[in-house]
Amino acid sequence: MSGVATSMDHSPSERSPRRAPWWRRVGIAPLCAIVILAVMILAAVFAPLVAPYNPNTPDLLAALQGPSAAHPLGTDALGRDTLSRLIYGGRTTLLGPIVVILLSTVLGLLLGVAAAWRGGSIDTVISRIVDVLFSIPGIVFALVTVAILGAGLGSVVIGLTIAYTPYAARVIRGGALRERRMPYISAAWIQGRSGSTIARRHLVPNIRPLILAQAVAALGFAVIDLASMSFLGLGVQPPTPDWGLMVKSGLDSAVRGQPTEVIVASVAIALFVGAVTVLGDRLSTGVNK
Amino acid sequence: MSWPRFLVKRVLALLVVLLVASLLVYGSLYLAPGGPLSFLVGTRSATPELIAQVTAQYHLNDPFLVRYFTWLADVLHGDLGRSLVYREAVSSLIASRFLTTLLLVVYATVLILLVGLGTGIWAALRRGVAGRVVTGWNVASLSTPAFVLGALLIVVFALGLGWFPVYGSGSGFGDRLWHLTLPAIALALSSAAYLSRISSASITSEMGKEHVETAMSRGLPRKLVVRRHVLRNASIPVITVVGLTIAGLVAGTVVVENVFALDGLGSLLVRAILQRDYAVVQAVVLLLTIVFVLVNLVVDVLYSLVDPRLSLDGDAL
Repeated sequence: MSGVATSMDHSPSERSPRRAPWWRRVGIAPLCAIVILAVMILAAVFAPLVAPYNPNTPDLLAALQGPSAAHPLGTDALGRDTLSRLIYGGRTTLLGPIVVILLSTVLGLLLGVAAAWRGGSIDTVISRIVDVLFSIPGIVFALVTVAILGAGLGSVVIGLTIAYTPYAARVIRGGALRERRMPYISAAWIQGRSGSTIARRHLVPNIRPLILAQAVAALGFAVIDLASMSFLGLGVQPPTPDWGLMVKSGLDSAVRGQPTEVIVASVAIALFVGAVTVLGDRLSTGVNK
Repeated sequence: MSWPRFLVKRVLALLVVLLVASLLVYGSLYLAPGGPLSFLVGTRSATPELIAQVTAQYHLNDPFLVRYFTWLADVLHGDLGRSLVYREAVSSLIASRFLTTLLLVVYATVLILLVGLGTGIWAALRRGVAGRVVTGWNVASLSTPAFVLGALLIVVFALGLGWFPVYGSGSGFGDRLWHLTLPAIALALSSAAYLSRISSASITSEMGKEHVETAMSRGLPRKLVVRRHVLRNASIPVITVVGLTIAGLVAGTVVVENVFALDGLGSLLVRAILQRDYAVVQAVVLLLTIVFVLVNLVVDVLYSLVDPRLSLDGDAL
């Protein structure tokens, strides 16, 4: 979260003598987004302290209940507390996409910076590979990986990392190419710094806002893709609580007359993706300023 | 670059992509834990007949490249192999499910164009409250994954209000469309929001151009200026987005068909993955990739037809 404030402090338009209060500069919608994300992530991290029940303890006498004082968000088909499953479910639902984005950003950074910095045949080879990967729909990588390695969160994470790396590589290569033409890079060359030092110490830190903006934008899509795979039965496996799985089991409960679980899980997913989207938009307008 | 050269170049690139995709789909079989034979047989009882059938179908006794090219030649001759689960030719499995998926994609495309362009143009030309309403609507739509939206549509319109059937594809054309309405909405909404965003931004930036201001200040009717000068120029980025969107829908059907238990290619694919029916997985994945790549090619060609200023060299932007 602190990355938001620092990346904006660097932009020249904020250096006017009379600065608006910080919450004005961030904007109301991005601020709400940060609060929503913080609450969801903290709840997931401290799930054992926050959740009122064990998420996997069934209570068949209390199955398919609506909201009540004992179960604020009702219970599922096995009588498990929906609020507790929602809180614990945030763990797999949010951790999977974050791992995908971290891995694909690191891989994309290596490929993108190598292509932009070395140029020539290395750039051509990397760019061609990225082009070809781009021509294959991302979900295909995830589906093929699951077909080979079997259903599970790990397979989906591997497949989606392959699918997301070309996006990161393309964006970062573009940014690195623009940065490379700057005079300070030539100055560092003349001072006798080695190529890898300049790339690591000067170039990458300067395109950090761009990397962050692209990672946050991709995070929203990663949450959707991972939750979709879990919903299809290809990702997280029951009885592990997961928001995508809760939509699936909640839909069955809804057919049996109790729609609370599916609505709760749907709203949680939409809120998280929405918050990430708003934050991503704010970060990329910061970059383009 | 001339037209024939452009087309030859694009078709060659397309062939490279398809070759890579087929190599990926076929080669990944050899990355499976335990090797291809045990993977293909899976949990089925390994009778000598089954092993013989799988070995023959995948040419497991030949060297890898020979195997790959034999398989590719079979695929090019329309022989996609036999499903181990359905005990039927994969091509006939696909043929019987193709229509549902095609109808779903076409239905969703119509909705995307109507809603996306409609709200986009409306928001850009009206600004003010209309613009803000559309922006909020778009953020909400973009944040709702297709499977979540599908589940909510089922809860509200099928279970709650009872206006639409809950599951299934229906029979007969009218009934099919009726069954496909909620799935098409689930598939279309986020793409429509994206299209609305892009078209609105494109029109807004076009409205601020000097030639538009000149035309307005000369006293030309606003409607004429909007139609002749704004919408036409603004259509170029919109076409790209429409193309990418339709290509993306092909992958989106995999999820939506499973939400509504439609009998299409997507539900066939997911079932095949869960049942380790790899011949079906290979065929459907290749088909999805071919459609994805072909739609992208058509968009590129359309692109150069709409705007003759764009060079055919491909780096027009």
